[in-house]
Amino acid sequence: MSDTSLSRVFAALADPTRRDMVARLAVGDATVGQLAAPYAVSMQAVSKHIKVLEEAGLVSRSRDAQRRPCHLEAEVFDLMTKWIERYQQRAQERYRRLDAVLAEMNDGAAHTSNDNDTSGLDPTITGAAS
Amino acid sequence: MNTPAKHDVTISADAELPIIHMTRDFDATPAQLHKAHTDPELFARWVGPEGMDTRIEHWDARTGGSWRYVAGREGEEYGFYGAFHEIRPDRIVQTFTFAGEPDGVALETLTFEDLGNGVTRLHAQSLVDSMEGRDQWLASGMETGVEEGYAKLDALLGDIDG
Repeated sequence: MSDTSLSRVFAALADPTRRDMVARLAVGDATVGQLAAPYAVSMQAVSKHIKVLEEAGLVSRSRDAQRRPCHLEAEVFDLMTKWIERYQQRAQERYRRLDAVLAEMNDGAAHTSNDNDTSGLDPTITGAAS
Repeated sequence: MNTPAKHDVTISADAELPIIHMTRDFDATPAQLHKAHTDPELFARWVGPEGMDTRIEHWDARTGGSWRYVAGREGEEYGFYGAFHEIRPDRIVQTFTFAGEPDGVALETLTFEDLGNGVTRLHAQSLVDSMEGRDQWLASGMETGVEEGYAKLDALLGDIDG
């Protein structure tokens, strides 16, 4: 069931409010009320978000304490973050290489034309596509 | 000087659909970005992965055309192929398959948004055929091994399913 679990973690983190809550919990445990404070939404809505995070395994809540503070399961979160970061890092490396290629194209354009007012589409490109 | 924040790549995974979204700004016109994606010599120079050479074996960058390239370094070769579904000045739609896993195919939609002042925003969307496929795709960046990673996550999440 690892695939399903993983999808659940991704789905849980796809929502900006929940990502925000996770970021807050990374600093320290917090109650539902504390988590709800910055948002203009009902406590029910916040509870629902926390339930999604709980079901994904990202957040746990102690059963004994009366205030039942939310606790971030840092290990699960770190693993997910690491995966996304690796993916992001490779994309970033690729796009830095693309930056270099584009910079060269810019240099080439500057050498062949001093007038950049007509910097519209390169006709050879649109021509190639037709 | 560090790369400005606007040139960082942002990645998000859709909650409902097996899609990965990526956004990245470039100091270039949409036409230049388009050319860097459709000119085989330019494309081979940046597509990567890092430390590998790209050999274009077939390249027909037209609507309905197709492509195939091999990325390699000594002793290692990885083939990729796909079809150019649609090529427009502001948009490229193509399929992407890793030859080692021919059952998997991603549908990629690239759009070039002109932000003015010589900056163009690339929106890249990859649609794969299942949530599991998407997550494996995302996890594939982990050098220590995807299986290991899944096993570890499985162990961490073991209590939740009960």
